[in-house]
Amino acid sequence: MEERELRASIEQVRVGTLSRRRFVQAMVGLGLTAPMAAQMLASAGVAQAQTKTTYKPTKRGGGGALRVLWWQGATLLNPHFAVGTKDQDGSRIFYEPLAVWDPEGNLVPVLAAEVPSLQNGAVARDGRSVTWKLKKNVQWHDGKPFTADDVVFNWEYAADPASACTTSGTYKEIKVDKVDGHTVKITFPKPTPFWADPFVGVRGMIIPKHLFEGFKGAKSREAPANLKPVGTGPYRFADFKPGDLVKGELNPTYHMPNRPHFDTIEMKGGGDANSAARAVIQTGEYDFAWNLQVEDENLKRMEQGGRGKADITPGGNIEHVQLNNTDPWKDVDGERSSLKTKHPFLTDPAVRQALNLLVDRASVQEQIYGRTGIATANFLNEPKRFNSRNTKYEFNVDKANQILEAAGWKKGGDGIRAKDGVKLKIVYQTSNNPLRQKTQAIVKQAAAKAGIEMELKGVVASVYFSSDVANPDTYTHFYTDIQMYTTTMTQPDPETFMNQFTSWEVATKDNKWQGRNITRWRNEEYDKFFRAAESELDPVKRAALFIKMNDLAIQNIVVIPVVLRPAVAGISNRLKGAEQSGWDSNFWNLENWYRES
Amino acid sequence: MTKYFIRRLLIMVPVLAGISLVLFTILALAPGDPFEELAANPNVPREVAQALRHQYGLDDPVAVRYVRWFSAMLKGDWGFSFVSRVNVDTLIMQRLPTSLFVLGSAQLLGLLIALPIGTYSALRPYSLFDQVATTLAFIGFSLPTFFTGLVFILVFSLWLDWLPFIYRADIAATGWRWWWEHARQAAMPVAVLGLFQGATLTRFVRSAVLDVIRLDYVNTARAKGLSEGVTVVKHVIRNALIPVVTLVALQIPGIFTGAVITEQIFRIPGIGSLLISSILANDTPVIMAITFVFSCLVVIFNLLADLLYGWLDPRIAYR
Repeated sequence: MEERELRASIEQVRVGTLSRRRFVQAMVGLGLTAPMAAQMLASAGVAQAQTKTTYKPTKRGGGGALRVLWWQGATLLNPHFAVGTKDQDGSRIFYEPLAVWDPEGNLVPVLAAEVPSLQNGAVARDGRSVTWKLKKNVQWHDGKPFTADDVVFNWEYAADPASACTTSGTYKEIKVDKVDGHTVKITFPKPTPFWADPFVGVRGMIIPKHLFEGFKGAKSREAPANLKPVGTGPYRFADFKPGDLVKGELNPTYHMPNRPHFDTIEMKGGGDANSAARAVIQTGEYDFAWNLQVEDENLKRMEQGGRGKADITPGGNIEHVQLNNTDPWKDVDGERSSLKTKHPFLTDPAVRQALNLLVDRASVQEQIYGRTGIATANFLNEPKRFNSRNTKYEFNVDKANQILEAAGWKKGGDGIRAKDGVKLKIVYQTSNNPLRQKTQAIVKQAAAKAGIEMELKGVVASVYFSSDVANPDTYTHFYTDIQMYTTTMTQPDPETFMNQFTSWEVATKDNKWQGRNITRWRNEEYDKFFRAAESELDPVKRAALFIKMNDLAIQNIVVIPVVLRPAVAGISNRLKGAEQSGWDSNFWNLENWYRES
Repeated sequence: MTKYFIRRLLIMVPVLAGISLVLFTILALAPGDPFEELAANPNVPREVAQALRHQYGLDDPVAVRYVRWFSAMLKGDWGFSFVSRVNVDTLIMQRLPTSLFVLGSAQLLGLLIALPIGTYSALRPYSLFDQVATTLAFIGFSLPTFFTGLVFILVFSLWLDWLPFIYRADIAATGWRWWWEHARQAAMPVAVLGLFQGATLTRFVRSAVLDVIRLDYVNTARAKGLSEGVTVVKHVIRNALIPVVTLVALQIPGIFTGAVITEQIFRIPGIGSLLISSILANDTPVIMAITFVFSCLVVIFNLLADLLYGWLDPRIAYR
C-alpha cells in the first residue's frame, strides 16, 4: 500500500464512506498500530473520536469488592521499575499517566486537561516539542496537590542512569520543562513523529515528587513508597505482598465524578492460567483474569458455565518461523551463525519460497490454536479490503516441489532433496510448549512430502528465552537452521518493533547476542526506509514507509508468519467496562469498571 | 547431655556452611538470569539490565559473590530480592504465618486420623477394620498430593460448588465470618496434606503399637487386673509413641518442601509458592534463602528428634 492509497483511505474516512473503526483495523492489519492510525486521521483533520463510556453508576463507591486474578502476581509497585505487564498493571491501580490509549488508538486524557494536537497548537509543527496542560484540582492520595513539578520530577527520576529505571528509554533523551504550575513542555532532541510516548500509557505513570525526591539514583531501591504507593488513581493503597496480593481501597477524593464504583480492589497472584480461567469463567469466584494462555478448547468448555467469557483482543503478537541467513554449523572466531558465513541453502530464494508454502497455517489455527491463534499470511495481518499484492498465504506441497525441482534440488535415493552435495536437512528449534510441538509436527510432515528433512528440537523455555551469553540454546544465539516463537508488539508505535530487521541490530558475539535482528538478514533498502521513518513527521508518509519495510521482510521471506496471538482475558459476565485496549495496560480504564447488579 | 547438645550444635555450623556452598554454586551454575525479561523487552534500553547487574554485583565471580553472601548472612542480612527489590527476610516473614497455619493444621489432622485408627488396627490385627484401614492408608500415601488436590477442586469447587479453590491470606471480615471464611478456604489444602500425612502415620502407628502390645509388661499390666483402656493408653500407646514422635519431628521439614506443589495448586501464599515463583524468575537471593531455611529445618529437626528420643526413652544415653 502506497502513500497515495493511504491518503485515499483517509479521505474516505473523512467523507464518511469508510468507518473509522475499519480504517484502524486495516492499519493494524498492515503491521501498524492503532495509535498510529489515529494519528494519521488526526493529521488529516478527521476529528478524534470521543471515547464512548457506558459508565452507569451515579455515585462513588457501593460496588463491593473487585477481585482480579493475575497468575503471575505483581512483584513491585513502582512503575519506573516495572519489569512485565504484571508490575505495570499492579502499579496502574494507584498511579496514572497523563493520557491512555483506548482500543482504537485514541488518546484519552487522564491527568491531562486535554490531548495535545497540531490543531490546538500544543504539538509543534517541527516535531521537536509538545506541551501538556494538566488537570487542576487533582490530589495525591495523601492530600498534596498534583502539579507540573511532579511531571518534571518523573523525567529527572527516570532519566537518571543510576536509578536503572525500565522506563529510561522513554525519558533519557528528552528534556522536560515546567511552563507554569499546570503546564509542562517536552522538548525532543530531533524531530519526533511519535510524541505521545513520555507520560502516556504504561510507561507514563507519574509518581509523586514529594515522596521520591530523596530517593533518586543509586538510593532508588530504598524509597518506602516503592512498597506503599501514593498515587492519584481511583484506588488508594491498602496492602501489598509481592507475588501474592495487591489491595486497594476506594479513593474518596478521586478526580473523576462518581468514580470508582468498587469499594476495594484485590489483585491476587500465583497459580496457573488454566485455573485462573476457571475461577472467572466457570465458577465466578473472581471478576477478571489476565493473560489466559489456555487452549481454546478448554476456554470454550468453561464458557458453557455461563458465568464469564474469554475476552479476545487482537494485537500485534505473532508466532512466526525465522530462517537463518548465516551458517549455524560453522564456527568462526568462537561464534556460530556468524555474519562472516552464509547459510548453505536457506539463502536460496527457492528454498525459502518452498518453506513458506509448506507451513499449513490453516491447520495450525484449526487444530491447535482456535480463537487464540489466527492464521496469517504475513508479518502483517491483512483484512481483505486492503489486500496488497504480496499478501496471500497458501499451503501447497505440489507447488513447493515444483519450485525446488526447478531450482535444481533433486530428490536422492533417501527421498531428501540435494544440490551440489548439500542436502535439505533442517534443524527446527522452538521452546518446549505443547502448542509449539504440535505446530512443529504439522510443518515437519508437510516438509517431508517435499523432500525436506526436519529434525525437531525443543528447548526449555527458561533457557530458550534467557539472555545467558554462555548458553548456545537461547533464541538470540540461533544456532539452528530455523526456529519459531512469538514476537510481541504492544508498543503504541511500530518503530521499536520494526528495528528487528535493521542491519545494525544483528545479534552477534560482540553485542553478547543482545541485538534484536535474530535472523541476521541485512538489506540496505530496509535500513534506508527505517532511517527515513525515524524522522518523517508526516504520519501518512511514515506509515507508508513502515508498510514498505513490512513488504520487504515478507517478499524476501525473512520470516514465515504462522498465527497472530491475540491477548485473552477472562471477564465475568457481571463486570462491565473492562474492555481491553491492546495498546495500554489491562487497567487502562480501571476507573470505569463497574458491576451490574 | 549438655555436652552432647553443644557438640551437635558445633557440628551444625560446618554442615550448614557446606550446604550453603553447594546450594550457591548450583544456583550460580544453573542457566537463567533474573533480568532476562528486561533484556528481551525492546522498550528497555540494554544499559538498564547492565546497570542492575552491576549494582547487584552479578558481574563478580561466583567465589566473591559467595563470600559476600555468607558474610552478610552471618551478620543477619539476608539480602534483597532482585525481582521485587524487597528484603528477603520481609518476604519470608510475610509468607511464613500462612504456611505454618496450613501445614500445622494438616499435621494435626494427620495425627488425629493416624493415632486412633493406627492403634485400633493394631489391637485387632487382620480384622475387617484393619484390612479396610490398611487398604485406605496404602491408597492415601500412594496418591501424590497434586493429584488429590486437583480431584478435590474438581469435586468440591467445580461440581458441588461448595468451597473456593483460591486461598486468600487476608480476608476482609471480622468475627465469626472471618473464622468461617478461613475454615472454608483452608479445608481442601489441609485435607489434602493431612490425609496424606495421616495415611503414612497410620501405618507407622499400627506397627509401633503391634511391637509393643506383645511385650511382657503389657501382659503384666493385664494380669494385675488393669482395665483394657488403661492398659492401652498408659502402657501401650505411651511406649509405642516414642518412635512416632521421632518420625513426626523428622517429617516436619519434609512437609515444608512437600507442600510446595499443594501451595501452588491452591494459590496459598506460603513459603513454597514463593520458592516456585522465585525459581521461575531466577531470583537467586530468595531461592538461596528459602532452600537454606529448609536445610536448617532438616538439620535442626534431626537434632531435636535425637534429643526428644533420649528424653522420652531414658534407656538411651548420650555420649
